[in-house]
Amino acid sequence: MSGAVVEITRTKEGETDTVARAAYEHPLPVRLCHWLNAISLFVMVGSGLQIFRAFPSFGAKIPQKDLIDWPKSFAIGGWLGGALQWHLTFMWIYVATGLIYLGYQIFSGNYRQVLFTRCDLPGVWPMVKHYFFFGPKPPVTEAYNPLQKQAYTTAIGLGVISVLTGFAVWKPVQFSWLAWLMGGFHWARIWHFVTMWAILGFVFGHLIMVALHGWSNFVSMLTGWKKNPEY
Amino acid sequence: MEPKDDKPRTDAAASGEPAPGKAQGEAGADRVKPVEAEVAEAKPLRLEKPTTTRWKIGPATTGPATTGPAKSNPAKTGPIDQRKFAQMSRRELLKISPVLALGAFAIPRFQESLLKKGLGFSDWASARLFRQGHLAPTFSDTELTPFEKFPINGYDVADPGVIFESWTLTVTGLVRKPGDYKLEQIQALQPYRQNTRHICVEGWDVIGRFGGARLSDFLNMIGADTKARFITVACADDYYESLDMATALHPQTLLCYEMYDRPLTREHGAPLRLNVPTKVGYKQPKYLTDLKVTNVLDKVGYWEDQGYSSFYGL
Repeated sequence: MSGAVVEITRTKEGETDTVARAAYEHPLPVRLCHWLNAISLFVMVGSGLQIFRAFPSFGAKIPQKDLIDWPKSFAIGGWLGGALQWHLTFMWIYVATGLIYLGYQIFSGNYRQVLFTRCDLPGVWPMVKHYFFFGPKPPVTEAYNPLQKQAYTTAIGLGVISVLTGFAVWKPVQFSWLAWLMGGFHWARIWHFVTMWAILGFVFGHLIMVALHGWSNFVSMLTGWKKNPEY
Repeated sequence: MEPKDDKPRTDAAASGEPAPGKAQGEAGADRVKPVEAEVAEAKPLRLEKPTTTRWKIGPATTGPATTGPAKSNPAKTGPIDQRKFAQMSRRELLKISPVLALGAFAIPRFQESLLKKGLGFSDWASARLFRQGHLAPTFSDTELTPFEKFPINGYDVADPGVIFESWTLTVTGLVRKPGDYKLEQIQALQPYRQNTRHICVEGWDVIGRFGGARLSDFLNMIGADTKARFITVACADDYYESLDMATALHPQTLLCYEMYDRPLTREHGAPLRLNVPTKVGYKQPKYLTDLKVTNVLDKVGYWEDQGYSSFYGL
């Protein structure tokens, strides 16, 4: 159903007018997973940074060279034990919503809306040019433009990597092969940290785009319906 | 993709695309017409309010392409009355209200017990993931962290002043041969040496060389009931810990009296400590004095009782 544009009408004194158009862009499972995942991501990052504060380094313990002095006020949990409680609780929500989302997208076929493929490749550069004010706006033909698909597909990939690196850090013995793939426990911890910043980079861009694209676009992630889509 | 991209341009050329300066209302009529015509041909068109956002963008855009109607399928999803649409939108909004349930984590009264349950679930999953036959990775001697750089983490004092001459390990609980065991008795068991990674809950790790007797061999010697659920230990510095039986029986779980092929030093827990490569550091206590086999834990461990994970298996 997603993508189909319908007309919204108003009937007054026997006459029917078309007042707007709308497209159902985001099915319920996608919206639910989006918000649950967004909240759990927020908690995972906040508690993760508090965990990082316990040993803010990737080198040796002796001598310890701290990487950054991350402020406590930008972290969740208050202390290492508290942060681990948040992290080890919300990781299940993070993983579950991720799996439900992926499962739904694949089995419903809705993944076509978001999956970046080779066909989208030529459309990326014109979109970049447009966003940086030196190109015309490419025609809008579907819910997501090629650059958006590229960004979302990357973000989903980063989400998967964040879980895999996380499991390697959490269970470097039971999942020793996973830790080995990443270059050992030490490197798994580094990749987990780097992945977090990459995801935060996506979130930063995503929030700016949401702010720029207006209310109707934002509401579509709440109700599923986007009023007056550009296609 | 390509044909779709091209289509707007050909359409625009054929239908005489409105010039950038053309009035907005007219342009709107041009665009919406095909849909309307398909849906309800008989209905008169009145389009005073082409409230599409497209027109606000202005002449800078490539032009109001007629891609929308081509893509939509009005035959399947006919027009919706605006009141019905508002109602439907509200209903869809309500459907995502379960997300608000996560707000319970923000309520101080529920927060602690919810997080405890979450951590408990993680521990439950950890116990399921633990495989007794799966060994922790071992390393070559060249990969060892130099002994001087092996951190000394005590919770209280670096040396609780154990008197070695009179030291014994007091064994109680579900065992056939309780009593006080001398270090020599533990050292008489088959010794094992292993280069394994020692990981602290804080995040740092070192590779150390540990030597000692298998805890499983010792449990066998004292006639422990290995069907019991836990073993607990107490330490000379009042630290206390517990291990699940599966971990206690793991072949790499050592009653450790040697590090780097030399007798354990006082800072590292002499005369006897636990070395458990399948657990984080806080589950590997030093200066052991008591060992008990039990089915009931009244206390889990020094850090666990303050909120850390009870199982914390790696």
